[in-house]
Amino acid sequence: MRITCPLCGSRDRREFHYYGGAVYAERPAADAPPEAWDGYLHLRDNPAGETRDLWYHELGCSAWIEVTRNTVTHAVLSARLLAGPERQGRSARSILTKKKPNSGGKGR
Amino acid sequence: MASLLELTPCEGLLPVTAGGVTLAELPPALITSIAPFEAKQAAVARVLKSLGLGWPRPGRMIARGDACCLWSGRGQAMLIGAGAAGLEGIAALSDQGDGWARMRIEGAHSEAVLARLVPVDLSPAAFGKADVARTALGHMMLLIARTGGQAFDLMVFRSMARTAVHELTVAMKAVAARDNAT
Ligand SMILES: [Zn+2]
Repeated sequence: MRITCPLCGSRDRREFHYYGGAVYAERPAADAPPEAWDGYLHLRDNPAGETRDLWYHELGCSAWIEVTRNTVTHAVLSARLLAGPERQGRSARSILTKKKPNSGGKGR
Repeated sequence: MASLLELTPCEGLLPVTAGGVTLAELPPALITSIAPFEAKQAAVARVLKSLGLGWPRPGRMIARGDACCLWSGRGQAMLIGAGAAGLEGIAALSDQGDGWARMRIEGAHSEAVLARLVPVDLSPAAFGKADVARTALGHMMLLIARTGGQAFDLMVFRSMARTAVHELTVAMKAVAARDNAT
């Protein structure tokens, strides 16, 4: 399995650490009801098909990325850099579009 | 006052040559990791420009004379062979000069040797001069740059120097043996 890091390009799975469902990056507000925290900490979907999860490029650029992949076909569909919570949504995409995925490194 | 011996990370281990490939230690140099603070990216780039360098794009290095600046991860670069004056207050700086073992591998089969240990395509078409990758050497963290047609600069954590030299030497001998057999 290969994952395309937005910064490093196509890399072998061994360079990444798996961290589970991408919902883990969507932390509830501090005053959210206990059910929201329970769901955030303990409940995960296990879809046959498209899923989003978190990977850490530990033997690479040290970026946290969100990978969309298909658990049935094993296709890796897309990956984006995760931004800090205060910038989520806005800059995560813009980082991807601003910097050309490098080859070499670069976009292979 | 104790009299301490100063040893380089690969002291007594290098250089090694096999099959026309030479692995040698690079001379000690000032190494500073630079991580620009929020919204200070442009200011950091300006200071590096004034040194004749610049902020490298992901997967690239900028060299001038003995100094270079290598992209080394998300929001991070390594400044080697030059002081980081002017960057205080706009970037997180850490002196890592004692933390890395720096080596150069050079020779016609250097790519074939590295192909046994490094899981990225290092052919010239994919990894040209001044291209940089942070990846693995066996199970070790590696920062690699192509510094010549058949030369690569390698950086591994200093504590891994002996293992890195061992793994590279084994690969060099294996490639040389194949070459002799054909
Ligand atoms: Zn990466």
